[in-house]
Amino acid sequence: MSDTTENPIRDAITEAISEHDVLLFMKGTPERPMCGFSARTAAALDALGKPYAAVDVLPDPRIRQELSSLSNWPTIPQLFVNGELVGGCDIVTEMYESGELAQVMGVQPPSDAPADAPVAAEPGAPPLQIDNKLA
Amino acid sequence: MPSAEELKDRIEAAIPDARVDVTDLTGGGDHFRAKVVAPEFSSMSRIEQHRRVYSVFGAEIGGPIHALSLETRAE
Repeated sequence: MSDTTENPIRDAITEAISEHDVLLFMKGTPERPMCGFSARTAAALDALGKPYAAVDVLPDPRIRQELSSLSNWPTIPQLFVNGELVGGCDIVTEMYESGELAQVMGVQPPSDAPADAPVAAEPGAPPLQIDNKLA
Repeated sequence: MPSAEELKDRIEAAIPDARVDVTDLTGGGDHFRAKVVAPEFSSMSRIEQHRRVYSVFGAEIGGPIHALSLETRAE
């Protein structure tokens, strides 16, 4: 795989992953997540108090296609730390609860961080159906 | 529309000696949770374990199987 391709979306994804220590690809935004799994993952990161970058994959379906082909991971959300895929919602939740997430992110969890991963939405709640007005 | 039973059978058929438990989270046949315990996971990272289970379903993940939440463990 070469560093530059004829594929600007793929290039932009690669660049974003290399430029941000902590980068979350999600449906919606941390403030307004559009899927329960993305909400839960963002909530775990929020609880650790370290700023992170987030990319909303919903505006263009090609973002998700290219990301999944690049990362070999089929679902959203996807968390990257220091350029490496850490995992999706299940792995991030497990790692939050075991303390590994704070460790890979190089932070001490705040004293008020909950021991269990914060539940931002009903577990397994279906994603909201929204109109994609940007596509 | 896939059923929890079908997902369980397919994971067990693809991963030798796997012990699999699948729940249909919404009853709607598109949001599932699977617990998979398999001997071969002992040589894999957690990411690789999840990739292995996802690979059983290929492009169906994100399609007919909208979401498959995973908990994996080595035997």
